[in-house]
Amino acid sequence: MADRLTMPRTAMATVSVRAPSVDIYAPQWRNFVFVAPFLFFFTTLLIFPLLWGMWLSFHKADTFSSGDFVGLGNYVRLFHDKVFLQSVWNTFYFVLLTVPTLALIGLFLALCLNRRTRTAAVLRTLFFSSSVLSVTIVTLIWRIVFIPNVGLLSTIYGWFGATAPAFISDPSLAMIGIAIATVWWCIGLPMMLFLSALQQIPQDVYEAAALDNANRWQTLRSITLPSIKRTFILVIIIQIVLQFQLFGQAWLMTRGGPNNLTKPIVLYIYDTAFRRWDLGMGAAASEVLFILILIAAMAQYLVTRNKADQT
Amino acid sequence: MTADIEIRNVNKHFGAMSVLEDLSLSIKAREFIVFLGPSGCGKSTLLRMIAGLETVDSGEIAINRERIDHLPPGKRGIAMVFQSYALYPHMTVRDNMAFGLENIGMSREVIDARINEAARILEMPHLLERKPGQLSGGQRQRVAIGRAIVKEPKAFLFDEPLSNLDAALRTRTRLELAQLHQRLQSTMIFVTHDQVEAMTLADRIVVMNNRRIEQIGSPMEIYERPATKFVAGFVGAPAMNFIDATLDRSSGNATARFSDGISVRTAISSDLLADDKYSFGIRSEDVRIVPPGQGNADGVVDVLERLGERTLIYIRLGDGQQIVGSDVGNSRVAVGHKVGLAFDGQKSHLFSAAGRAWHAREA
Repeated sequence: MADRLTMPRTAMATVSVRAPSVDIYAPQWRNFVFVAPFLFFFTTLLIFPLLWGMWLSFHKADTFSSGDFVGLGNYVRLFHDKVFLQSVWNTFYFVLLTVPTLALIGLFLALCLNRRTRTAAVLRTLFFSSSVLSVTIVTLIWRIVFIPNVGLLSTIYGWFGATAPAFISDPSLAMIGIAIATVWWCIGLPMMLFLSALQQIPQDVYEAAALDNANRWQTLRSITLPSIKRTFILVIIIQIVLQFQLFGQAWLMTRGGPNNLTKPIVLYIYDTAFRRWDLGMGAAASEVLFILILIAAMAQYLVTRNKADQT
Repeated sequence: MTADIEIRNVNKHFGAMSVLEDLSLSIKAREFIVFLGPSGCGKSTLLRMIAGLETVDSGEIAINRERIDHLPPGKRGIAMVFQSYALYPHMTVRDNMAFGLENIGMSREVIDARINEAARILEMPHLLERKPGQLSGGQRQRVAIGRAIVKEPKAFLFDEPLSNLDAALRTRTRLELAQLHQRLQSTMIFVTHDQVEAMTLADRIVVMNNRRIEQIGSPMEIYERPATKFVAGFVGAPAMNFIDATLDRSSGNATARFSDGISVRTAISSDLLADDKYSFGIRSEDVRIVPPGQGNADGVVDVLERLGERTLIYIRLGDGQQIVGSDVGNSRVAVGHKVGLAFDGQKSHLFSAAGRAWHAREA
């Protein structure tokens, strides 16, 4: 009996020594097959153009040939070009106009619509619906609103015997007009991000605050806002990255005018590279934009990396 | 600071569903009351109504004879400890405790003094500058209790505060809560579905089931003289044995007869009993294991549960019913053994078809 019990144990021990343990997480070459399609497109459509763009920015290039190596020549020309400097300023001005507005209105809407009523659900859908429109439709709508004499705004001002501000042609208002259209178009995403953050705050924390005698303002200041701080920063950074790339609205509403006052960097790149066919300088301007957006993206990375101190 | 709490004819609905029906209850100052019941019986809703986190559809709630059911939660003078602790994650422990006091404009010196005193009572001065994310479950629990203590409330409300703790910590925290009650001498209301917590902590237990109060009484009253069949089955582990019985009421005390001819003489007066069909109830510790033929009935052992100080023995009777009996810790009984069962008729109970209970006269 004792022998019969011990024998299999010995056999099992031998087997367990011989059989190699399998690490199911060990890297294997055949896994490469699964990522190869992605890597192919990632390399050809992103890495290659990125490097080519950098290479172009150091060359005098047009559509027929990529000519001589000019070193930083394109960049020097770029920073001596008043239109480029104007477009950088325009872009920053636009980002300054839109990003805080998008964040604050998005937060306000999310706070108002964070309830389980039918009205709130309908309004959430309504506010988000503008996000699904294409830039062409958005600018068309806002041109109809802003167009002098016959536009919606002029009509409304007309009822009160007033003249509507010329959001498309007035040099001091044109960028504000583009910003208004952009905020209307883009408000859905910040609102949804804030809503999802608000819905992750446990209800019992609010109940504890109610028992702690906190009024609405104290609850907002001490409970809600600190709880969504990370989302607030995330929204700011996402919007900075997005709004730096302003193109369609400016192109379709004002063509960069009046007097280049609404020309953003991307429109400058388009003009330089594809209308004046100075590809080298266009590429150099693209690299400048790339670095600006990279700084914003790095900031996002740094903010989201330190998640540990949130809990 | 302590208070008596009066709940009068309270009703509560969620939509078409009734959650509490015409519920009334008086809680004396300094009392430790436990609401005990299965999930969905309305015990947490009742607690939340006292706290002001749920509205009262009809009826009144008064603290120290002052009606409070129309006041917002913060104005009721009560503090609550939540199941999930509900600490403010971005605030330090100190700020968590100070928040409620700052909101009512209390001076910094008084706030600091209260926080330091609560931290001393709960042995957590070293945790004051940490955030909840840096604390263990037990430490968070202490902070939640500390946040309640600093308010010096008229009453403490606990909503299943131990259910997120592991078994060892739960036992320790239970003991600490009992000591805290002795020390603070405050009115405390504690909601749980754990009968051990209820039995060990409560001055009085309110057993709730199906929107109503089934019984209010001291832990031993609830255990020894359950008012209904539900209470008898819900309180006590293992649950009370129930056997369908026909009564012989020919003598002073009723005799219960089971389907396979077994009979047990109870200590319940026949005069009290009107029907013939009852459910006979007896707890496992009142069913002794004896040699076959020497008890009221014989059966075969199905399962043994050795708990250390005693052994629970699940016995199958001749008619297929299973009875749980109790034997000494080192019982020699084994599965498949034939054993005798001796029912202690003095400690048996009878339950009518409607669930109402009858017991032996109190000594």
